[in-house]
Amino acid sequence: MTIDTSIVEESEELAKPSQAPMTGVVAARGRGGFGRRRAGGKPPKFLFMRNSKAVAGLVILAFFLLIAIIGPWIAPYDPSARSSDVLQPPSWQHLFGTTHLGQDVFSQIVVGTRGVIIVGFVAGILATAIGVIIGVTAGYIGGLGDETLSVLANVFLVIPQLPLIIIIAGQLPSVGGVTVAVVIAITGWAWGARVLRAQTLSLRKRDFVEAARANGESTWRIITVEILPNLTAIIASGFVGTVAFAVLSLITLSFIGIGNTGEWNWGTVLYQAQAQLALQRGAWWWFVPAGLCIALLGMALTLINFGIDEFVNPRLRSTGVNAKSLRKRGIRPRIGFTPVVRETDAPRTAIAPHLAEHTEPTDAARPADAARPADAAASAEAEASSPTSKGARA
Amino acid sequence: MRFFLRRGLFYVITFWAAVTINFFIPRIMPGDPVRALIARNQGRIPSEAEASLRILFGLDQDTTLWQQYLDYWALLFRGDLGISFTYFPTPVSDVIAQALPWTIGLVGIATILSFTIGTLLGTGIGWRRGTWADSLLPISTFFSAVPYFWLALIAITIFSVTLGWFPASGSYDRSLIPMWSWEFVGSVIYYGTLPALTIVISSISGWILGMRNMMVTVSSEDYVTVAQAKGLSERAVMFGYAARNAILPQVSSFALSLGFIVGGTLVMEIVFSYQGIGYLLFTAVAAKDYPLMQGIFLVITVAVLIANIVADIAYGILDPRTRQEG
Repeated sequence: MTIDTSIVEESEELAKPSQAPMTGVVAARGRGGFGRRRAGGKPPKFLFMRNSKAVAGLVILAFFLLIAIIGPWIAPYDPSARSSDVLQPPSWQHLFGTTHLGQDVFSQIVVGTRGVIIVGFVAGILATAIGVIIGVTAGYIGGLGDETLSVLANVFLVIPQLPLIIIIAGQLPSVGGVTVAVVIAITGWAWGARVLRAQTLSLRKRDFVEAARANGESTWRIITVEILPNLTAIIASGFVGTVAFAVLSLITLSFIGIGNTGEWNWGTVLYQAQAQLALQRGAWWWFVPAGLCIALLGMALTLINFGIDEFVNPRLRSTGVNAKSLRKRGIRPRIGFTPVVRETDAPRTAIAPHLAEHTEPTDAARPADAARPADAAASAEAEASSPTSKGARA
Repeated sequence: MRFFLRRGLFYVITFWAAVTINFFIPRIMPGDPVRALIARNQGRIPSEAEASLRILFGLDQDTTLWQQYLDYWALLFRGDLGISFTYFPTPVSDVIAQALPWTIGLVGIATILSFTIGTLLGTGIGWRRGTWADSLLPISTFFSAVPYFWLALIAITIFSVTLGWFPASGSYDRSLIPMWSWEFVGSVIYYGTLPALTIVISSISGWILGMRNMMVTVSSEDYVTVAQAKGLSERAVMFGYAARNAILPQVSSFALSLGFIVGGTLVMEIVFSYQGIGYLLFTAVAAKDYPLMQGIFLVITVAVLIANIVADIAYGILDPRTRQEG
């Protein structure tokens, strides 16, 4: 949920027009060799990939995806096969040790990756689809339909999800991975829908949408061609957040003992560890690896979301100039100013933060809005309806 | 006033939706586990308890769905949630009433602590952006990615099994009799420390991050600059001008994420065998005690709704504009 929280704050921050002029300028910054760009040059492609957080997240995610695909082939043992090596600590034979039945924990985790990834992504895709349909529809049609759909989304937000998932899954006669994914999607779409609705609401009144309407484009085309591309970043971060939520939910369900139909996943490993008193027996290898895998996957998804956040909101991004490099450049962090560092090929110059802040709008040579749809969304969120957006300015 | 009316209406709708979901879940599920259970306990269940179970789980096929729905509501207004199978023949409402104070105490205190500390830390980090404080962020990210219950497992291994500082399970010393004595209260606090600590550690990062991001945004507002230009002390600007405005989204996201927090902390109780609602839900699921499961879901939802209402009122008091906007 923490991930999701940041998204909403994000959209609320987006609502401030004062940030818009920032967008074009902060693109170049020197961090770990990434992101150096000639001032005034062509806007770089794959800007997103220059964000080291996002790259780190994507690399970890790719690793787990790979394991999910090839897992069953590279697992050294059958995860369910018993052996005489009972409760062995990690060794070269058994990288993560063995269970009370002599099963290889490493194999269980490798094989179990697939179940986790499948449920995470199926639930993520389904929930995102529901969220997009409901959120965009509500934001676009407005009026009574909007009210109804918003209330629906808010109801699903307020009802505690995990207990709901537990009682639904607990009453199903047999619970497979996909069933769990569907249940998670049905209960977890609301957050994305809420954020998307707010964004669509503001896009709807924008000039380019009005123009498209005046041109006689069909509603369907306006939504898919004019509005949806501007929502890409929000949809993406909503998807990533939902995947993280789905993974956590699945593991929690398996840990409680719901949905154990012989499929291995990280939650089932933890369930067995808990049930067989691994804690009291001091068998730390039984539950530490599974938890670290969950944490690593969760962190990867969070990092990707940070990347998206920073991509959309430059103010957060520029904080990537870390403390050390700021000191090296002789910039003292000051309240209220975003340090903007511009790097050129010629001798490096660091513009004093307060100067940069004020000169920037005239400096922004590049039409940021045209270059990146997500920024376009940021610049004209002024009419967003959330109370906080009106908040700080009034 | 209009604001509170609207919110009130919303909570009525949400409550209605939760009850309706609860009504339909057993009816759309394939199979009929409750009928089997009633058949097995034939003769042991008092007739009126059996009648309420029939209404709760829709076993009366001869009545219309609408009639069943009305009966269901009537049952709820009498506070009758059926009888528990595991704690036979105790009514579900009694079983839940015993567990509820434990959960509210533990989760409530831990959540308030986490929110307060997290928001304060976030204020500091957001204010001193670009200093060492930023390095706290990745650490808190890690803790937020870890599932609650796994952190609890690790905490038990380290602090209970290895170091022996805290008990690994339970909610008070079993040799004591529950009453309002210093000894008993002390025991409850002693047993609750580790679970509460785990909840705080794993949930705090969301508050830190949210507050920090808002502080970053708010601190570049003109009124903050003006406050500084007036020569106000750093502390006055930070708390009186920046944090005061940055905290508003925190409060609303607190309300929204409450449902999630409750869900997560329920699992925490399972790990610690803490005698609250979560542990009860766990035993109910394991024993296929359907009336208890349904009752617990309803009670949790109502609790979350009440907490939401409180957060809403707080928000209305903090931010006068919400009251005007309606």
